[in-house]
Amino acid sequence: MAKIKRLLSGNEALALGAYHAGVMVAAAYPGTPSTEILEAVAKFDDIYAEWSTNEKVAMELGLGAAYAGVRSLVSLKQVGLNVASDPFMAAAITGINAGMVVISADDPGIHSTQNEQDNRHYAKFAKVPMLEPSDSQEAYDFMTYAFDISEKFDTPVLLRTTTRISHSKSVVEVNRSREINVRQSGFRHDLEKYVMLPVYARLRAPLMEDRLVKLAAYAESFPLNRILRGGRHLGVVTSGVAYQYAREVFPDASFLKLGMTYPLPQNLLRQFASEVDRMIAVEELTPFLQENIRAMGIEISGKEFIPSVGELNQRIIEGGGFRAGLLPAPSARQKEDIVPELPGRPPTLCPGCPHTGTFFVLSTMGQRSKLLDSRGKAEKELKLIITGDIGCYTLATYPPLRAMDTTACMGASIGQALGMEKAGVGGKVVAVIGDSTFLHSGITGVVDGVYNKAGITIIILDNGTTAMTGHQDHPGTGISAQGKKTKAVELERLVRGIGVEDVKVVDAFNVKALRTAVRSSIDNPELSIIIVRGACPVRVRARSEPMAVDAEKCDLCGTCLKIGCPAIQKEGEEVYIDATLCVGDACTICQQLCPDRAITALSSLAGGKPK
Amino acid sequence: MKKQDILMVGVGGQGTILASDILSEAALAAGYDVKKTDTLGMAQRGGSVVSHVRIAEQVWSPLIKEGEADIMLAFEKLEAARWGRYLRTGGAAIINNHAMPPLSVSLGTHRYPDNEEIRDTLKQRTERIYFVEGTRTAIELGDIRVLNMVMLGCASLLLPIDVHIWKECMSQRIPSKILKVNFTAFDLGKREASHVNLG
Repeated sequence: MAKIKRLLSGNEALALGAYHAGVMVAAAYPGTPSTEILEAVAKFDDIYAEWSTNEKVAMELGLGAAYAGVRSLVSLKQVGLNVASDPFMAAAITGINAGMVVISADDPGIHSTQNEQDNRHYAKFAKVPMLEPSDSQEAYDFMTYAFDISEKFDTPVLLRTTTRISHSKSVVEVNRSREINVRQSGFRHDLEKYVMLPVYARLRAPLMEDRLVKLAAYAESFPLNRILRGGRHLGVVTSGVAYQYAREVFPDASFLKLGMTYPLPQNLLRQFASEVDRMIAVEELTPFLQENIRAMGIEISGKEFIPSVGELNQRIIEGGGFRAGLLPAPSARQKEDIVPELPGRPPTLCPGCPHTGTFFVLSTMGQRSKLLDSRGKAEKELKLIITGDIGCYTLATYPPLRAMDTTACMGASIGQALGMEKAGVGGKVVAVIGDSTFLHSGITGVVDGVYNKAGITIIILDNGTTAMTGHQDHPGTGISAQGKKTKAVELERLVRGIGVEDVKVVDAFNVKALRTAVRSSIDNPELSIIIVRGACPVRVRARSEPMAVDAEKCDLCGTCLKIGCPAIQKEGEEVYIDATLCVGDACTICQQLCPDRAITALSSLAGGKPK
Repeated sequence: MKKQDILMVGVGGQGTILASDILSEAALAAGYDVKKTDTLGMAQRGGSVVSHVRIAEQVWSPLIKEGEADIMLAFEKLEAARWGRYLRTGGAAIINNHAMPPLSVSLGTHRYPDNEEIRDTLKQRTERIYFVEGTRTAIELGDIRVLNMVMLGCASLLLPIDVHIWKECMSQRIPSKILKVNFTAFDLGKREASHVNLG
């Protein structure tokens, strides 16, 4: 076919590569930086693509499809693989029938995750092969190899990308199209392969060792492991985006660029080592390559001068190169600028966010707002313990709301609240969790709470979407990943069905009702659930006439500033509402709170002009 | 062409990502290799957003190295000061003369720098500092969202890409019913840039 050049993100390229490789079933749960892979796959009508309830279900579904004889794709963020690790390890031992590729999108630099784990270790842990593309072209090309390797060696293949690969766009020469004869499903009954009773699992364990030996032999001549010969003085072993940085920092070096980073090609590494005076590994996060190469008895350095935490870039590697004596002294480099202390700009809850009202109520009841000080009151003792979860609402941790005490991992708010209560901590523990996160892994916590007679309050923030990752549908929305109408799981029926008796549903934009509901639930010694319902304004984009502050009525009490709405700003002795940001009628939380009734629709102000 | 490294900085929701997408598409259509990357964290949530666009015969890293950006296109003034260290000596800083105070400023715990402080910070890198009226132009056009095309129009004065390529790439990414106002915004951006003697 004709070659077409397209500018694709790594995630788009992975999706297109999977499509051209004949994928029939794809499953994922949204998670930055992996989300766009399934979004792009879902656009192809001849693939079944779904948002699964969570990554574990996605992995099991992918495995089932592979058992049933069609190529499957599971994409998740690095911590998603923790959730899915049980079926992933199972896939590693049973093997597959048709090809199965698991994409792990890691997040060096912690752009949008709770940790910085290096999922390359999962490949070694599960004894499965791993590929690492270094740009969008490779993301596209590697996918075909990944499926072929999967089928050739009867194993799931881990394809590891990172935020920088997934979210960068680069030119892709699209030189394939989808095969016409895509494999059709058909399950072959094979108890010894698919039923992991100990008696059969014991038979398969040695096969995994055997598979690794064969894969290591295959890696020696694998075309994506390439030596790029430059100067003899320095040999750089690298993979992923680190390759791109290293090319710029060490333009005259020789490179062993690894497309397959597990298992490693021992002979190729020895040959490369013999061709250069000094060999270093340039890799992000842990010394995965370095340690595995050293274990072969080959001398290599790297993490002695390149950091093991954070995302790399040219400047950081250059610093490492200097410390390693490979590059000239930093005096040759540019001096640091003198920059005044600048106010930070952390992400915030959006104007019109349905979470704001709830957290304002929790913040005031829990005496969280530091702004109380500025009005001359002494800092009070914090009340309430608020266990939090993963989603936009985690941003309520920032001032002025400061209404979250913990955030660990998906669904943890409920289990943590149960643990705190059982530990006998004084006062009420409130767990706060979003609708998508609740369906992902909050349900089992509620079951536990009902069964074990807990008395916590759980607030489910139901904005009808998975907002943080860019508004994906979920089982509660009744719309599939491919845009088809389906059956929605109703949260109130679900939790009542589990056995929760105190279930309230409250409008997210009614502060008074929110306060009443939270008070009543906290007073109830039994387990209670409040479902706070209100649409995400970024998704719905319902905007009406913005609000404005009547300067004549405003006495600068600062109450409206305590909700942390980015549209409400203060300059000198004036509080005003940015008309380009305010969503107006769809929210009105500031208006409900203003003790001086100084907030009103813009047009009702005399000479109302947008500020 | 010598390489062009363009850093686009702004606040989540200002449309920097679409602008950097269109710039990258235009560079590809003009026959260059291009890589772009967005450092956005949680961009839609009002945080600081940075896009790196690299245009050359061959591009390796998608990230611009600190101190090597040829152009910084700042959609917001504070962000210009924050990311100025990415400019190379003598690079061009094009800054929308518009402040979006972060919450910490409204809450009174931090102070927003004035234009002179921003200028002084950037002067350590370059004399080519241009304040443009991007937000005002967009508001006058009746749609704050076209700010990104005003800014792109400004930058286009420094880039070797034909106007018909710009417009073609814009029409591929922008819905047809708002295309016209976006074209106008782009043209006004070019005019604004020539007013401040950019070049």
